[in-house]
Amino acid sequence: MEAPVQIAASLNPHASAAPLMETPMVEIDRLSLWYGAKQALRDVSMSVPKHRVTAYIGPSGCGKSTLLRCLNRMNDLVDGVRTTGTIRIGGSDIGDPGRDVTELRKRVGMVFQKSNPFPKSIYENIAYGPRILGVKHRADLDGIVERSLRSAALWEEVQDRLGDSALGLSGGQQQRLCIGRAIAVEPDVLLMDEPCSALDPIATAKIEELMLELKNSYTIVIVTHNMQQAARVSDYTGFMLLGELVEFGVTRALFTNPRDKRTEDYITGRFG
Amino acid sequence: MSRRDARKLWRSGEPFIWLTGGALALALIMVAGLVGVIAMNALGFFWPADIVRLTLGDGKVLTGPVVARESIPGRDGFRIKLKVANRDLYGADFVWVDEAQIVARATPGDVAVIERTEWGDLIGTITAVRDGDRVVATGAAAAAEVRRRLPDAARLRAEIRRIERADIGAINHAQEQARLRLRRLEPKGLTAGPDVDALQARMAALQERYKEQETRLATLRARQVTSVMVAADGGKDKALPLTQVLGVTFPNQMGVGGKMLHYAAQLWEFVHDDPRESNTEGGVFPAIYGTVMMVFIMSLIVTPLGVLAAFYLREYARQGAFVSAVRIAVNNLAGVPSIVFGVFGVGFFIYFVGGGIDRLFFSEALPTPTFGTGGILWASLTLALLTIPVVIVATEEGLASIPGGTREASLALGATKLETTLRVVLPAVMPSILTGLILAMARAAGEVAPLMITGVVKLAPSLPIDGAWPFVHLDRKFMHLSFHIYDVGFQSPNVDAARPMVFMTTLLLLVIVVCLNLFAISMRNRLRRRYATSAV
Repeated sequence: MEAPVQIAASLNPHASAAPLMETPMVEIDRLSLWYGAKQALRDVSMSVPKHRVTAYIGPSGCGKSTLLRCLNRMNDLVDGVRTTGTIRIGGSDIGDPGRDVTELRKRVGMVFQKSNPFPKSIYENIAYGPRILGVKHRADLDGIVERSLRSAALWEEVQDRLGDSALGLSGGQQQRLCIGRAIAVEPDVLLMDEPCSALDPIATAKIEELMLELKNSYTIVIVTHNMQQAARVSDYTGFMLLGELVEFGVTRALFTNPRDKRTEDYITGRFG
Repeated sequence: MSRRDARKLWRSGEPFIWLTGGALALALIMVAGLVGVIAMNALGFFWPADIVRLTLGDGKVLTGPVVARESIPGRDGFRIKLKVANRDLYGADFVWVDEAQIVARATPGDVAVIERTEWGDLIGTITAVRDGDRVVATGAAAAAEVRRRLPDAARLRAEIRRIERADIGAINHAQEQARLRLRRLEPKGLTAGPDVDALQARMAALQERYKEQETRLATLRARQVTSVMVAADGGKDKALPLTQVLGVTFPNQMGVGGKMLHYAAQLWEFVHDDPRESNTEGGVFPAIYGTVMMVFIMSLIVTPLGVLAAFYLREYARQGAFVSAVRIAVNNLAGVPSIVFGVFGVGFFIYFVGGGIDRLFFSEALPTPTFGTGGILWASLTLALLTIPVVIVATEEGLASIPGGTREASLALGATKLETTLRVVLPAVMPSILTGLILAMARAAGEVAPLMITGVVKLAPSLPIDGAWPFVHLDRKFMHLSFHIYDVGFQSPNVDAARPMVFMTTLLLLVIVVCLNLFAISMRNRLRRRYATSAV
């Protein structure tokens, strides 16, 4: 029974400890999802509070990434996906078939597990989203690029070589560039799918620091394999298992005093 | 060495390294040898070799440069091959001489090599220059006189040529247009009336202009009275009209500098002039022009077509058995013998499409075909078809090497699929597209079989781009370096004399292909540096 103690030690002291009395940004109601005949999400209901970091933890294949990708409808790209239930972001139903999915994705940014900068310059990577939105003037773009790179804590490192290829950056820098690219279009929600799984501890620490910074302006949802990371950065944590949201609550409470036996088994390392 | 040692040696990997290295070395030697043989045979061609005068035991005198020396098969001794030229006097350009029969060898300074418009080179001594029957200069002064008069003669020749080709050509073109317009009126029942009268008046005016030009030509030709008297071996004399003389050199009097100047001039003539004497002399400019233009048109057709097809296959089509079958079919298309494409080009492009165009738009010219016969457009289209698999495969491989995450990142930013394809995928795949294009261009520049039947000719009277409206004539037949090599090497009346020309043309084709490739490669490297993408 040492694990909970360790994780409790890494809990974020600044995290919100208040119970669920926040403004909900994302509301998920009885969401189920099938890949063909295989059910990946079972009746998930929860709400993600505004301007907080919410983490999903759970073993591989538990559906946490699938849940995340439902929030910007990236699952639409996969053949044979079927969903039931509703998701509301900022009060409006994103599953509405008449709704423009590109509009949704502009409001819900995403950072992927593997950093995926475009094979373009650093500047063009950041400017890509704003350009899609129709920003044309160089001065406006310059402003957005600087602001986004500063927000992504990358400006100091790359300000002299904005024209260089983004693929020349280190792994951690690339991931921060991807974060900068996602926030350049000023989304409401920022989804992060295991953003540090390919990074070394120092780069990971930088990204975690960044997340704590960013939650003042954005609602962040993060999927992570790393329980310590969830404990360090998140205000709320959901534990998922076999497509089910087993337990969801304030991070401190979930790690120190899990209500469900399965959660306790997972965070104490009995399986996972 | 025991079996155990042998086993140990093999397991050490050393023999395999030698094997792989040896294979590479062999391949390199073969390529270097090929280029070396071609370059050696080609580059000596324009060097003005010393002229030797051989006196044989039977009193016969032979003059000319030595082009080869070899041992006589079956017995001792050597024989040399002498280019005695003077085909019109002796019947053959080359003579084999048994070295044992040579009594005396000399390199007389006064022997001139005269390059002329007909019958190949003339080798002999200039004895006199005559204006009609009047002797202007004799002896040493004659050579100087020839040199003095050459520029004027060249100008006169150029003037006559200009009138024949440009002025009379334009009149012919206009006459043909008027004739066709008249024929177009016929089916409408118009054989008289103001339109017909106007056209007939125009025809008459053109005929008048044609006669004027003919008179001009006659006057100019009447001025070409100078002839050069040349004494060749065997007491043969030749009265050569000065107008046929292209250049006079005295190789035995030339220093290295002079020879180098001559070499450069000849090289320039080779790439810049039209061919003469059924392609065995002169330059290959029309063939260079035709090759480059054909490759260019082909690239313009094949690149968009191949890239779009590859995009559909990789980005939009649902991957499955059918798409796999299509992909295999496309790959196999690259292995179809090129003559098959040629036959298809003739059957489909020329007879079906071209014939259709003729019936619809050029019916007045029938039965003379306009597009219903081989032309640069059809040849380019046929080669585009031939090279499209190369472009598709290269582009597809490039698309496959772009990580899926890159596309997802763009979609997650709210870009549509089209925006993603055009703004992210297309720039990233550009280097691969260029790789495909490089391979396609190299293939097209070296192809012969399909071209022979879709529009390449031995000698094209005019270039596909010229001053006559509409300036670009895609229906015209053209010349191509690959076919030129075949034609000069195997179809020429004087294969021996044309052999260096074959090597020179081959070298030139290699140089052009390398230049086209270097151009594309430098473009690709620029793009790669800009995006620093992974190796494609």
